[in-house]
Amino acid sequence: MSAAGTRPAPDGPAPDGPAADGSANRAAPGPDRAQYGLAAFLALVGVLTLVDSAGLRPGFADQVVQPSAFGYVIGAALVLLAVLLAVATARGDRAEGEAGEDVDLTQRTDWRTLAGLAGVLVATVALLDRLGWAIVGALLFAGAATVLGNRHWVRNLLIGAVLSVASWYGFYVGLGIPIPAGVLDGIL
Amino acid sequence: MDALLTGFELALTPENLLYAVVGVLLGTAVGVLPGIGPAMTVALLLPVTYNVSPSAALIMFAGIYYGGMYGGSTTSILLNTPGESSSVITALEGNKMAKAGRAAQALATAAIGSFVAGTISTVLLVALAPTVADWVVVLGAPSYFALMVLALIAVTSVLGSSKLRGFISLALGLTIGLVGTATGQARLTFGNPLLADGIDIVVVAVAIFAVGEALWVAAHLRRRPLEIIPVGRPWMDRADWRRSWKPWLRGTAYGFPFGALPAGGAEMPTFLSYITERRLAGKHKAEFGKGAIEGVAGPEAANNASAAGTLVPLLAIGLPTTATAAVILAAMQGYGLQPGPQLFEAEPELVWTLLASLFVANTLLLVINLPMAPLWAKLLRIPRPYLYAGILFFAVLGAYSVNFQWFDVALLGLFGALGFAMRRFGLPVLPLIVGVILGPRLEEQLGQALQLSQGDVSALWGEPVAVVVYALIAVLLLGPLVLRLIPGRQGPERLEDRVDELEEEVRR
Repeated sequence: MSAAGTRPAPDGPAPDGPAADGSANRAAPGPDRAQYGLAAFLALVGVLTLVDSAGLRPGFADQVVQPSAFGYVIGAALVLLAVLLAVATARGDRAEGEAGEDVDLTQRTDWRTLAGLAGVLVATVALLDRLGWAIVGALLFAGAATVLGNRHWVRNLLIGAVLSVASWYGFYVGLGIPIPAGVLDGIL
Repeated sequence: MDALLTGFELALTPENLLYAVVGVLLGTAVGVLPGIGPAMTVALLLPVTYNVSPSAALIMFAGIYYGGMYGGSTTSILLNTPGESSSVITALEGNKMAKAGRAAQALATAAIGSFVAGTISTVLLVALAPTVADWVVVLGAPSYFALMVLALIAVTSVLGSSKLRGFISLALGLTIGLVGTATGQARLTFGNPLLADGIDIVVVAVAIFAVGEALWVAAHLRRRPLEIIPVGRPWMDRADWRRSWKPWLRGTAYGFPFGALPAGGAEMPTFLSYITERRLAGKHKAEFGKGAIEGVAGPEAANNASAAGTLVPLLAIGLPTTATAAVILAAMQGYGLQPGPQLFEAEPELVWTLLASLFVANTLLLVINLPMAPLWAKLLRIPRPYLYAGILFFAVLGAYSVNFQWFDVALLGLFGALGFAMRRFGLPVLPLIVGVILGPRLEEQLGQALQLSQGDVSALWGEPVAVVVYALIAVLLLGPLVLRLIPGRQGPERLEDRVDELEEEVRR
């Protein structure tokens, strides 16, 4: 996975900047500040795990390995790794984003698209129980496709509706699992 | 042998054959499509295991696994932006061949080489797996514990560029594995009864693979269209055959052992195969860097052989060494099947049907895919908004179908954000997934081992196999450090640095 880590698309026009030299892009100036955020997150999860383990009662008489044992080890490991990551970051360690066929790492992160997709996912969670899969699934597909840059929203909605209704019946007929129908109860 | 014949009879029943065809087609499609891989596809299909027989589901998953390897070569030959590390090497020569108008031959040698390597490796798998299982069955909990630790350390420290990042990913996975009440007390559930049964592996796997990938691509979507080289039907002439068959066999010889070792993965064997072929190319040596067929034939064979090799530890010991193998293991656990030696004794029919179906899948791949290559190439043109919207759609459906609760979809979103962050910070995905799956089993084995010895910790190294495995772990962890201390050495070279060097050299 990460072997393809730093490689820019070899045939693309050479983007300017030190990242384009094909080797690890450590030449870029300044520490990767966002990594401190990751370290803080790791430390937080580690401390939560330690606190949670400390709150457990002793195990049953036949439990040789205490329920808290793994939590202590993993929580401590997370805190240690957080410290190591922070130190490495301070010493100039930079993360290499993952490459892929459709990924252009020479572009800046597109936060607008990301926020749009996050909004679509949050709406999906909020509406799923109320409206049911057949409607929410269609909205999810249409919303995601529109956010990703396809502006034919009527066509997107149609494709989404076909997908969600087909998957509803696929589960019902093919797997024998009725997905809750939501407001369409009785219609599907 | 009889067992294998029975397996073939069962694998060739219409129902199982249908699942094999579906698996092979799906696998090739997702191998060709950017952004989706076999691991993600199997994860998305885990819900079907609720109502399909175990053998049918496993046959389909095996077809997806083999097909994914197959389809990946099409992308790297026609597109030259390899998405998976295992096809980086193929792209070196394969794309050059395609640009020189020899795409058909490159695809043909990749396809036929994959078939040859897959068949030989499956024979080796059939011969080896039961033997290993017989050998493993006498091992006690201490040895299992040691083997699982080895698997965790190996996928964490051998693959990937940064050990620190590997261990971060592993620790996060183990933390996710803690959630739930498996030990009789609620751990990390934050008082939420919905977390009492732990976090379903379907939700974690789909979120990390599918949602994380979709978000990551969305944030960096390539706006200029990719250059795709058109291709006709794959074929090879006599000279191509003469130049290909030896690299196929050598590639297989590299790939299978590397796949079968707990430190599996296809990067190392494809790389070794490539440099071997370049050294042995003789009068064709000058063609390397301009599209030498040997440089496609060898690595592609190695790639497929290693995929078959990873099934040895998966089936015989129950240890996953690749992401796809890890998700297949999760599927087996969903059926209440315990991969490992017990599987061969408790479910011989299932195991042999699965092994026989691997031969079937391999043959199907060749028969179906050689004529269909131009069609697969068209898949590369699918509009990206639809592709990634579709991935999100099926990801949400997969997570929702676990319990039909919005809560699982919310978890999917949270872990999807984690998957995005992992790609941003270069954290490898495999250690996390393996950690989620093996963490609880590790705890279970440790408990068993110490219960038998009534708390005496020395029981953990009381079995010879366990001692050997701990020695191996020490070598894995300390070896690189020791090498660095030897004067006059620059420390071990990282594989990817060498691949980068190679690429520079070849492309000049």
